[in-house]
Amino acid sequence: MKTTKTAERAGKGAKDKAKAAGAAGNGARESNGAGVAESGAQAFIFLPPPRAEALSVSDPLDERGELVCTNETTLTAEQMLELYRWLQLTRLVEEKLVNLYRQTKVVGGVFRSLGQEATAVGTAYALRPTDFVAPLIRDLGAVLVKGIRPRDIFAQYMAKAWGPSEGRDLNIHFGDVSKGFIGPISHLGDMIPVMTGIVLAARMQKKDAVAVAYIGDGGMSTGAFHEGLNFAAVQRLPLVIVAEHNWYAYSTPTSKQCAVANLADKAGAYGIPGYVVDGNDVVACYEVMKQAAEFARGGGGSVLIEAKTYRRKGHAEHDDQRYIPAGELEAWEKRDPVERYDRHLISSGVATREKLDEVLADVRREVEEDAAWAESSPMPEAEKAAYNVFDNSRVPPAFRPKVFGRDE
Amino acid sequence: MSTAAKKEHKSNRPERGGVVTFVEAIRQGLWEEMERDPSVFLIGEDVGSYGGAFKVTDGLLDEFGEGRVVDTPISEAAIVGAACGAALMGMRPVAEFQFIDFITPAFDMLTNYAAKCRYRWGAGIAAVFRGPCGAGVHAGPFHSLNAEAFFMNTAGLKMVEPSTAYDAKGLIKAAIRDPDPVLFFEHKKLYRLPRLREEIPEDDYTVEIGRARTRREGRDLSIITFGAQVLTALDAAEELEREGLDIEVIDLRTLAPMDKEAILASARRTSKVLILHEASRTGGIGGEIAAAICEEAFEWLDAPVVRVAATDTPVPYSPPLEEYHLPQVRDVVSAARRLAAY
Repeated sequence: MKTTKTAERAGKGAKDKAKAAGAAGNGARESNGAGVAESGAQAFIFLPPPRAEALSVSDPLDERGELVCTNETTLTAEQMLELYRWLQLTRLVEEKLVNLYRQTKVVGGVFRSLGQEATAVGTAYALRPTDFVAPLIRDLGAVLVKGIRPRDIFAQYMAKAWGPSEGRDLNIHFGDVSKGFIGPISHLGDMIPVMTGIVLAARMQKKDAVAVAYIGDGGMSTGAFHEGLNFAAVQRLPLVIVAEHNWYAYSTPTSKQCAVANLADKAGAYGIPGYVVDGNDVVACYEVMKQAAEFARGGGGSVLIEAKTYRRKGHAEHDDQRYIPAGELEAWEKRDPVERYDRHLISSGVATREKLDEVLADVRREVEEDAAWAESSPMPEAEKAAYNVFDNSRVPPAFRPKVFGRDE
Repeated sequence: MSTAAKKEHKSNRPERGGVVTFVEAIRQGLWEEMERDPSVFLIGEDVGSYGGAFKVTDGLLDEFGEGRVVDTPISEAAIVGAACGAALMGMRPVAEFQFIDFITPAFDMLTNYAAKCRYRWGAGIAAVFRGPCGAGVHAGPFHSLNAEAFFMNTAGLKMVEPSTAYDAKGLIKAAIRDPDPVLFFEHKKLYRLPRLREEIPEDDYTVEIGRARTRREGRDLSIITFGAQVLTALDAAEELEREGLDIEVIDLRTLAPMDKEAILASARRTSKVLILHEASRTGGIGGEIAAAICEEAFEWLDAPVVRVAATDTPVPYSPPLEEYHLPQVRDVVSAARRLAAY
């Protein structure tokens, strides 16, 4: 496959450069490549901008001509069923969140990843338990695949005491290092340098770990994104960026966000290979990450994967999507990743309707149980707000100050 | 070790203790912590083969290797972010800003990520963020910053600024061992100042973060200060002593969390307080200190709390302009005289 060869070549090129540098000898300064280059033919050289057309990958169809997923996979039937469970869990957790939101039980907004679930689920599923992910709000699927229970998500959204943040921060803004889940903060792009640091440390600690940072077409515009990826790339660290091209950053379309036709075209700027994948094909997402992670893990360095997808809901539940042109939503509804995968499993004979309905029923049960658990949690005690700014064994909690040394 | 041998190996392991400059004390502290704890590493621009713009990290690359002394691109946000990520993995990074003026591109990562991680999900960031601060060296508006006021209002960041070689070594060790993010400001004027050369102990010692130090005991008037201005205060105190005024000088050493007890104790002892800092007056941390004294020691005061600080301008470049901008010994002397006579 063309993409594999490109990746191989890039990896080899990087390894050759490293060899040449090392050949300078122990103690001698590494060659910077700053020696005088061989003379060229022209007074100046013109480099045209990257391709102006958006790349598109194949649309696999079943016998009835309907969209399914790629057949090129090593996934076992059991794994494929697991993927289905994760997809449905992601969707149903979000549906439950909307349900709770409409009952005013959620504090703040709900951010759906409707139509994008395959990207987060497929890519995260290809990783090892010892790998790390930094999902963003549209990547609930990755959070769940890493082993965070829906009950924690529900408790977070309802600002409850039993949530992992104990009410101090919202939705997925928490983490669990033991599960390889590093939760985001709201400032986009900030997680890229953090994940670079994760794998920098892993290298120092001689641990095998790949870091995956999710980002959107909008988040890629930030300085922190650029600085983080550039640093990871030059250090040849195993950082994989999953750039979800879902076409909107709040109301801002890609045409106002950046000048490239494919987010993957930005990879060249960092000296790293890129991939383009159908973000709504969960099997393809799995396969592309499998390949990218192997490349990164093997010493090839950082990789940029662009997942072509679409955000079918607004930025959050309150967003009425007035900026969407007519027909766009309908076109992408036809490419729904869950329906498509469902169809794929049946038509390829991996599962029966009964089996899939059984999985769905299990997922529904889990979602209901976990939501009930979260709802039963109390709200946090007010004074808890004072704790954990610092390690309280060294700096006391920041209690509400008393005026003239007295309470009211 | 003989002088001849010392000259041969320029970047060898420094002695423990001995008579050192401010910068040598910091380097000793870094070296000893890197020896003691394999999770400590350095990260920043030109910290490796160049040894740092001010040579603070000189010799550490040769000793500990590229694995633990990381030269980065010009990317302060990435430096801080990567330090945070490494800290999450249990490492103890010491990140350098080539000049503290360049802490500003990392303001987001410091205040939104480093400062809030423990609070939000219990993940303390045990990282040190250090660099040369301060004016008075004709370096102009972009190489002279005193940044403490930018960060004092952010819960979750500790800030220290030593003014002696002893404190510099003790505080860098304490900062590295601290479980939370510490901004470590080193006034660039102090690095090689002969006046600051002193004998420091051989043994492994730390200076507690959050403790001020009384540099000079007095009964008539307190000067609360830190960093290079401690020297201005001491010089002013000497001059005022000849006029019969007994000046107390408190070196804060830690700016956050501030040693409020020491400040209030001094205010109660002298009843007249002058706050001295090199950063501009308006919005400088002097206001915070003054407010705390007024709230909690008002009855002891015999005069308003007075601040001596730089003018409200960017730091100018040309020497006469910079001298006008910065607090001078004569400014402190004249303010103290008026305060004493109040």
